[in-house]
Amino acid sequence: MAFFEAKNITKFFGGLAAVNGVNFRVEQGQTYGLIGPNGSGKTTIFNLINGYFPLTTGEIYFGGRKISGLKTYRICQEGIGRTFQVVKPLKRMTVLDNVVASAFLRTRSKREAVRLAEETIAFCGLTAHKDKLAKSLPIASRKRLEITRALATKPKLLLLDETAAGLNPSEVDEAIRLIRKINESGITIIIVEHIMKVIMTISDRILAINHGMVIAEGTPAEVASNHEVVAAYLGEDYDAQS
Amino acid sequence: MKQYSGAILLLAVMLVFPLAVQDAYYQHLMILVLLWVAIGSGWNLISGYAGQVLFGAAAFFGVGAYTAALLSHKLGISAWWGLPLGAVITFALALPFGWVCFRLRGPYFALATLALNEIFRHIATIWESLTEGMVGILVMQTFVSKVPYYYIALGIAVASVLTVEIVVRSRWGYYFVSIREDQDAAESLGIDTLRYKSVALCLSSCMIGLAGALYTNYMGFIDPRVVFSLHDVSIAAILVGIIGGVGTVSGPAVGAFIMVAVMEIFRSGGFGFLGKLSSATGSPFVATLTKYISEAHVLSFGLLVIFVILYLPNGVVGDWPILKKKLLFWRRQATV
Amino acid sequence: MEVFLQTLVAGILKGGLYALIGLGMTLIMGVMGIINLAHGQLMMIAMYVTYVLFHYMGVDPYYALIVSMPSLFVLGMLIQRFLLNPLMKVEAILPENQVLMTVGIGMVLTEVIRFIFSSNYLSAQTSYSSEVRFVGGISISYPLSIAFVVATVLTLALFWFLIKTDLGRSIRAVSQDPEAAELMGINAERIKIITMGLGSALVAAAGTLLLPIYYLYPDIGGPFTRRAFVITILGGLGSTVGAIFGGVTLGLAEAFGSTYIGMEFEEMIGLVIFLLVLLFLPGGFKRLTKV
Repeated sequence: MAFFEAKNITKFFGGLAAVNGVNFRVEQGQTYGLIGPNGSGKTTIFNLINGYFPLTTGEIYFGGRKISGLKTYRICQEGIGRTFQVVKPLKRMTVLDNVVASAFLRTRSKREAVRLAEETIAFCGLTAHKDKLAKSLPIASRKRLEITRALATKPKLLLLDETAAGLNPSEVDEAIRLIRKINESGITIIIVEHIMKVIMTISDRILAINHGMVIAEGTPAEVASNHEVVAAYLGEDYDAQS
Repeated sequence: MKQYSGAILLLAVMLVFPLAVQDAYYQHLMILVLLWVAIGSGWNLISGYAGQVLFGAAAFFGVGAYTAALLSHKLGISAWWGLPLGAVITFALALPFGWVCFRLRGPYFALATLALNEIFRHIATIWESLTEGMVGILVMQTFVSKVPYYYIALGIAVASVLTVEIVVRSRWGYYFVSIREDQDAAESLGIDTLRYKSVALCLSSCMIGLAGALYTNYMGFIDPRVVFSLHDVSIAAILVGIIGGVGTVSGPAVGAFIMVAVMEIFRSGGFGFLGKLSSATGSPFVATLTKYISEAHVLSFGLLVIFVILYLPNGVVGDWPILKKKLLFWRRQATV
Repeated sequence: MEVFLQTLVAGILKGGLYALIGLGMTLIMGVMGIINLAHGQLMMIAMYVTYVLFHYMGVDPYYALIVSMPSLFVLGMLIQRFLLNPLMKVEAILPENQVLMTVGIGMVLTEVIRFIFSSNYLSAQTSYSSEVRFVGGISISYPLSIAFVVATVLTLALFWFLIKTDLGRSIRAVSQDPEAAELMGINAERIKIITMGLGSALVAAAGTLLLPIYYLYPDIGGPFTRRAFVITILGGLGSTVGAIFGGVTLGLAEAFGSTYIGMEFEEMIGLVIFLLVLLFLPGGFKRLTKV
């Protein structure tokens, strides 16, 4: 039984297939990359995994249990945390309160929740911003807050959506370091990313999609040399010329 | 303890108030303030903290009020039993309503509560065999003096504020605010938003229903226009919450005081000051002015809504830092 | 059968007027993204304008349209310019503060009118107020049919305006995507001001057309505000075609409700339909017809 498996997942919006018959499996401890051009359906796959959209057809299994059809909050309770591409900080709450709110998932005691939150904040390097309001943070810290909050729910699987987008090169390096650290602490990661440097350095395996369908799957090196992937990213012309 | 010293001092003042001020008129005003503290706190919990704006507080207020009235009118039981029972019945109303209507978001939920408000008002008007319709229901008052009512109202108001204080510091409070700030984020952090919105609504409706039941006992008369009033109850509840400060524990107390004071200043022509002035000076102008000002008390209410939304969107408590700065600025200008 | 047909005709005629009310609300909803809870109160103002013209100057209510519509157009613009647009820049915890602002505006309008005219019931009894025509055994109210015709003409004119003119296109652009419209060089604030004026003028027309058949008092706005939002939700928020369907549906529901259930249920029927639609057909008729 795979740790995580998506079986033939499909999502139609109206008559349009945003995700069409996608299959993939993720083993425990992996960092699994999801790539594809804009609008290829990556974020939709995340929204399907965490139950934000219902599947049109297909099934999703996690830890041997079927999770498709469960509500979003139940899926989080099962141990799948996620971040949003367009960050959704709880604006008028402090960074600490943001994280405490999610830490309450695993404990009912406030003292315990605060302790867990502070620990997670320290792990992600946000301690200096602890008492600031979330809306006052710069974008890099907001992205980091997204991750911190998701981690405080003690997930077994973490879905990271474009964590490095909009960051400067040194911030990107920090983000890579943080993702590695999270993975080393035993959390499996599925990551959607546009910046090739990030995805190629940290992923164990990569799934490339275009127009909602799988075009390649394999190790970073395999995927990078795949013709269809190159074509999808750089256009048909580029492929023809080379 | 220090952070509560102000609250304890205020409570002490409130406890001796009816002993110090024997005038029934001012006691009556304070009872109204206390009632509004309870209603405002209830509104604030679901709207200010959980972010689900209640446009129909009167639905719960009226159901609480009618529960008390009908107990005495139909069953001959003391209307005081309406307090616990009113809270239970509003709870029982809020639970299915929330379960059904919390699938709606933002303004849609607000409109659904407004519709609930209106539907109850129509039912209370039409179902004459139960509610006596527009004729209303008369309930014998238990006490002649206002003092017992004052202390009961004080008890309910304090209980409401304490409930809000305790709840917002707990797990529930964190969940409520998370839902207000971003429902999708809250849901993906494992918060069952439907359930906690319902929890907030049930708690709120209990406070408002309790206030309604007390209203019946205190006033001794209710009719559908009064207790299910969209303006005088539902909108006033929002106003109390907004004037004081949305999402602050002490906001509704501040808001209730300001609202009752402003309304009464208009209604009574500056607590009778203008009336005295006109009889003292014999000026027909002041007399006419007094008449117009007292007629304009609902107008003042509407103007207050507009003013507060434009200039104090986070209320006196929420915008206190800004307000203080402005006041200091004026004072400095005056001394220069 | 005769009663049934009679009710049907009355419902459709009233529905035409309701459509006019709903159209104004829908335009505002589309562009501003808010429910205007002062809509009925704006209509009430138009009715008083018409009443004054009729009573003191002897102007026929139908000619009064020439005055009532422009004056409400201006009033609507002023409200948007000075009370609603500034709110865009105010940061508040509750996003509903614009809706609440419209409630405040509605209260002020009602009270100002009460101040001037007191709470007394007024009416504009014209020579044709209770005139009835018979068509195949069914009586048809003369003023209500005129109202229906005028409402239809105004509706068609509105559609022409929205589809054919540049200003109309700008309004549609802002209601579909305000940010994109702004990037295309449309001044969204100006469009909002004009739309609010337009919505107010439409509801003013409805009010003026209603005056010969209705009593007039300051609190008449409230019930019509509620009807307006029921229509808007029924039709699907922001959908102009939906608003017409919504208006006619509400007109029919009220007519049949008061004939077969009881007069006193007239207003409640709309509210119950409203709750049912919110719950079972979120998106209103728009969702069924995709218009």
